[in-house]
Amino acid sequence: MFTELNSILSASPDSFTQEEFILVSDRQSDASFLIHHFLSFYLRARCKVCFLGLVQSFCHYSAVSQRLGVSLTQAKEKGQLVFFEGLKECLSVLIPNKNNVESEAMNFLRDPPVGLRSLYEFVHSSVIGSGSMEEGAEQWGPSVLLVDDLSVLLSLGVDVGAVLDFSHYCKALVCSQMQGNMVMLVRCNGEDDDLDGDEGSEVLLKGLTHQCNLNLHVQGLPTGYCKDIHGQMEVCWKRRQGDAPHMQKKLFQYKVHDKGASFFARGTSSAVL
Amino acid sequence: MAAPVNSVGKTSADRLQVNCTSFQKKTRSKLISIPGTRPSVQNGQLLVSTGVTSLDYLLGGGLAVGTVLLIEEDRFDSYSRMILKYFLAEGVVCRHELFVATAQDNPDEILQELPAPILDDVAVPKPVEQPRLTGEPQDSLDAMKIAWRYQNLPKVQSALASSSRFGHYYDVSKTMEAEIRQAAKCHRFYLPDHITPSSAAHRVESYSALLKSLQEVIHREGFDLATPMSKSRNILRVGLHSLGSALWGDDLCCHDKPRYSHALTTFLYGLRALLRSSLSVAVVTLPSHLIQDRTLMGNITRLCDNAIALESFKGSERETNPLYKDYHGLLYVRQVPHLNCLARQLPDHKDLAFKLKRKQFSIERLHLPPDLSETVSRVSRGEPVGVASACGSGASGTKNLDF
Repeated sequence: MFTELNSILSASPDSFTQEEFILVSDRQSDASFLIHHFLSFYLRARCKVCFLGLVQSFCHYSAVSQRLGVSLTQAKEKGQLVFFEGLKECLSVLIPNKNNVESEAMNFLRDPPVGLRSLYEFVHSSVIGSGSMEEGAEQWGPSVLLVDDLSVLLSLGVDVGAVLDFSHYCKALVCSQMQGNMVMLVRCNGEDDDLDGDEGSEVLLKGLTHQCNLNLHVQGLPTGYCKDIHGQMEVCWKRRQGDAPHMQKKLFQYKVHDKGASFFARGTSSAVL
Repeated sequence: MAAPVNSVGKTSADRLQVNCTSFQKKTRSKLISIPGTRPSVQNGQLLVSTGVTSLDYLLGGGLAVGTVLLIEEDRFDSYSRMILKYFLAEGVVCRHELFVATAQDNPDEILQELPAPILDDVAVPKPVEQPRLTGEPQDSLDAMKIAWRYQNLPKVQSALASSSRFGHYYDVSKTMEAEIRQAAKCHRFYLPDHITPSSAAHRVESYSALLKSLQEVIHREGFDLATPMSKSRNILRVGLHSLGSALWGDDLCCHDKPRYSHALTTFLYGLRALLRSSLSVAVVTLPSHLIQDRTLMGNITRLCDNAIALESFKGSERETNPLYKDYHGLLYVRQVPHLNCLARQLPDHKDLAFKLKRKQFSIERLHLPPDLSETVSRVSRGEPVGVASACGSGASGTKNLDF
């Protein structure tokens, strides 16, 4: 968990806004460090976390979280974390074998038009499933769903509409019904003004930006590549004040290092000052 | 990716188990040493050499076990094929096992062209010193008066070479002797042997046949991390040549909007899944200049861990351009991964050029030679280097404003 980001978002493990859909997006950059932040943040806040890790192995997330001070294996053993490892499950679908049972949640790999219904059912069962708890099991806070990342579903052939439906269903389940939070990562490729760029992921980004409450958009520096400043992050809050929606935007630059990331106002990087 | 090692401080759940992948931090205790590998100094991953020492340096010390290196081919597939051959030759010399898959030439042809290793010690090339800036006094470099901002920057090193020797050098003019080559175990996958090109199933099934064959080899030869640990483990080097070309049954290179655009990306996803759970490393070459869809290239790049692109000067007007007379082509680093840690090892400079010498494939920072002509003519600047603008780099400017 990055302390500077906590102060920017005015959140702490003891008090954070609930029923929030946080969208982490990036354009020609990599915003996955923010997913690691939110994973360790919600585990520290004693929430029940469902994590769909579709792009990396469990050991990767576990090693990074260890550096941030949270143990994923312990959280899994205690039942606080439900981890879905996409890479492991996909092999049973991609290379069908008589002996292995095919993983239900990834069956869109075999037949993309089917959509993400099975994946949603997995999320549903892991978020709701804590209803039948044994005696003496620990009480966890509100449920949180983390997805890393949604764009890989597009490159595996799933339709944009199906991904938007999936995110809408998850939002209705996690944010409205269970009063929890949801964090999703979306990655874009093209330039902002590239019209014949990637329509699929632009549509997805626009649709999700409309649905979300808080958007963290990560980009490279407009002046080019720099080794000391890794990029800029734009934070956009959508709140309702009275009757009118109110949007507030702030821009920061960041640098990712081994144990975290530091955020600073534009031009105040320690490399420059 | 680190070799599976039992670490001192971790819980027993972190030890090698059935459901763990080979991405694991390596610590001091009980080291399984596999020949031809070394741990990374930055984050303890297990690295293998690509066969090209400059490329190893660029990738942060070597290629991490369990990752994929994507090489976007140059126009005539000469230098990307050369790097693939270096990779396989390094595997032969380190006694790793090889898996070669092609659709166009028989894998045996690639294996017969492997360069011969230079087995006696070769001197590491010394870094070239940049000529001094004109504003500095000759005798006291300690206190720079004019260019004081550059005081704390290191001296520029053109040739990228690491100080400790890891990896071998090869002589390109000779091919590897048959005895050395046959000592290494090699698995071949030649697509026409598995699927007839004219069958209807060809389009969709060629990649899944390759994935299945690779998984079989991994299980059979014991590279899987799920198999019980024995004394000797080895690394499997996977070389996939010209993936995405029309011979694999894909129409990515033929159409603007390909119909089966997700066949290759699904394959790369499955390849990543296989590699993360075994002791293997893959190099994939892809004719990206034939793929029109930029976003598809972006998706493909994101599904591979390391990605570089080669652009050779052969056949283009840059071959005769005096700016590029020392080099054979340009090299772009498209992506560097962050594995088991937050920070990634970004390259210092983004404008790189390569040249293939007889005993070395060197990758250097692109320098513009000083303009020493009597009449400085703006017209002869030549085409600008098509590289992303880097803050403070010496790349040629496209503008006519020259300070």
